[in-house]
Amino acid sequence: MKLFDPSRFPIFLAIALLGILTVWLITRARRGESFFIRKIAGLEAVEEAVGRATEMGKPILYVPGIDDANNIQTIYSMIILGYVAKMVARYETPLIVPIAKAFVMPLAEETTRQAYLDAGHPDAYNRNNIRYLSDEQFAFAAGVNGIILRERPAANLYMGSFFAESLLLAETGFQTGAIQIAGTANIHQLPFFVVACDYTLIGEEFFAATAYLSREERLVGTLKAIDYVKIVIIVVLVAGTLLASVHVNFLHEFLNLE
Amino acid sequence: MLRREVPILLAMIVGWFMVGEFFFPWAEPAGTEVQQMAVIITATGVILGVANVIRINLLKVSRRERDWRYSILLLVGLGVMALLGTILPVVHAAVHGGGWKIGPFNLVGITDGTLFDRLYNRVYVPLSATMYGLLAFYIASAAFRAFRVRTMDATLLAVAAIIVMIGRVPLGEKIWDGIPLLTDWIMNVPQLAAKRAILIGAALGGIATGLKILLGIERNFLGSD
Amino acid sequence: MSLTQRIESLDRRWIFLVMLVAMSFPLIVHMKLPVRASPEARGFYENIEKLQAGDVVYLASDYDPGGKAELDPMLLAVLDRLFQKNVKIVGATLWPAGSPLLERAYKAEAPKYNKVYGVDYVHLGFKEGKENVMVQLGKSIREVFPVDYYGTPLDSLPLMHSGLNGKPIDKLNDTKLLVNISIGYPGTKEWVQQVRSRFNLPMISGCAAVSAPEYFPYVQSGQLSGLLGGLAGAAEYEEMIDRPGWGVTGMAAQSLAHVTIVLLIVLGNFVYFWNRRQGVSRP
Repeated sequence: MKLFDPSRFPIFLAIALLGILTVWLITRARRGESFFIRKIAGLEAVEEAVGRATEMGKPILYVPGIDDANNIQTIYSMIILGYVAKMVARYETPLIVPIAKAFVMPLAEETTRQAYLDAGHPDAYNRNNIRYLSDEQFAFAAGVNGIILRERPAANLYMGSFFAESLLLAETGFQTGAIQIAGTANIHQLPFFVVACDYTLIGEEFFAATAYLSREERLVGTLKAIDYVKIVIIVVLVAGTLLASVHVNFLHEFLNLE
Repeated sequence: MLRREVPILLAMIVGWFMVGEFFFPWAEPAGTEVQQMAVIITATGVILGVANVIRINLLKVSRRERDWRYSILLLVGLGVMALLGTILPVVHAAVHGGGWKIGPFNLVGITDGTLFDRLYNRVYVPLSATMYGLLAFYIASAAFRAFRVRTMDATLLAVAAIIVMIGRVPLGEKIWDGIPLLTDWIMNVPQLAAKRAILIGAALGGIATGLKILLGIERNFLGSD
Repeated sequence: MSLTQRIESLDRRWIFLVMLVAMSFPLIVHMKLPVRASPEARGFYENIEKLQAGDVVYLASDYDPGGKAELDPMLLAVLDRLFQKNVKIVGATLWPAGSPLLERAYKAEAPKYNKVYGVDYVHLGFKEGKENVMVQLGKSIREVFPVDYYGTPLDSLPLMHSGLNGKPIDKLNDTKLLVNISIGYPGTKEWVQQVRSRFNLPMISGCAAVSAPEYFPYVQSGQLSGLLGGLAGAAEYEEMIDRPGWGVTGMAAQSLAHVTIVLLIVLGNFVYFWNRRQGVSRP
């Protein structure tokens, strides 16, 4: 039996490169180096949305997707929830968080409670606003629609992994006149959010949101590492295209492409 | 220390081992064992999920919170399906009973001809399919209301959307032979290029987060810091 | 309020009504339209046609009742063709509510060709675990599914011993083709990532129309050998195997629905720009 599978070497190389860059750039960020992140309109609008809700005396709805706690998007959504909750706590605006998976419930409760604590308003935290609705996709959508229609939040934030229920949620939210900001890496749902929401974070912008909002070193460092790897991918793509066009195949063979 | 450091260490050790198993064939047997453990743990998670659903809804009913009556409906539905699909078959197997029927329906089991299957097909299937079917109407409403060609980008989007919508159905070819070809070109060239780029970006984001968890840098999956 | 202003602020229930009429009319009058196969659907068709009698395929039926309208026609057409070609099927699902749908599909198609359960097709049922199960199936089907949907041990099913030269069917590579019909997660993307890349098993997929564009990169790279997208995809496949079903029937309704949406977009823009010109448009 082989010690190492040589056909998977290019993948090993890519992961190693990303890992090394991640650690290096996080270290640089922790040393105080600042990295540029371009403006993302949807994230700039979050504070505006919170302010609007506070002025109108209405709650904010934050939907962290319908996927489980092991999904990367749900993890990112919890980070963004923490940031939003901290902002909301300062204004003492109600924050409603409907949950679709039982395992996400304690994560959301803990994140929100801690955010209120960090903001210096622990008494404003209302556990009843973190509501587990249903594991079933459309039952969850019906439940969230019910919350939107009854409680009329002024701002709806949809951040996480969404599927077919995305348009049901966003369209109902539009009917109530709420400002809506969505972010997901599920690209098949992006068109529905783009049409129905005021701002949409597309794919990677959603992953960048956590670094953008918190400016935490580990998140910013990771974001920059992804940027550098993308440059490498672009170089490989262009080089591969040019080489393949003149029938030079070593890159194609090295990458073990079928 | 136990609450945070032990889970992080466990995630790192198992995570790195599984990454290694992908590259080192000699680790495959052990990797298979770990995957089987993962299947069992995930299945156990379903039980915890159900227990959580029952706990939360019972609390709702006991405190007469908003919409508590729907919680009763949920618990009754959960109870009936669990009874028919899980509890009764276990009891039936234990007592080695004969046929347990109610009318023409077998009370035991979940396959064709059982009461469970009847409830699934006559209640759950129509409800679920109907909710999904609502999307067609919501799309029409959203398209009428929100699809405004205010900018050049929006105009390009509208034109492409109209060509693809007409080209993907038989009517497109009836209107003009070229529409399906144009649709295929849009789907296989600009659309595919953009999708591929977003896919790569999203995948990199996912890999980076996975790496952060493996390196112990990312701890938010345990709750707040 | 002028007519255009009234149209611009139309209650969305009128739009729902228009859509309902547009979709119902073709079904009521039994309108039929000819269907053209896309290159992706053709790839799906050709990969099934390449199969020989006695070959075994793994059928991953990963959807629940929400996806029934789009994917049931696909599944029924695929089963029909596989049974017609005397291809044997090992089927399972990774969606908790998916097992009864696969069972119903088997029961609808198998009797037409006198197919016998356990000999010609098998229903393994559901297993929780998503990607873990996919990888495990690549190593040992029996470890994941020791018994089938009906509680019968796999070893007592003749089909599970009908591999090459009578060898047991114990992992995905013992089958000739992975046929995936799915609507979300876990689904096509996960099968491509975990199984296609790892075990190099040819794979074709049927998926919801909204997901199909996401999988075009996989078709172009050859990771997916064929793709059916939504009800249109089902119609294309039914047309190619000359078995008109709900896919073909639904095409007239879908055509009219698409045209209606296009007209609504045009109307919505017309009234918006008209009212803006008059200085009375909504923002």
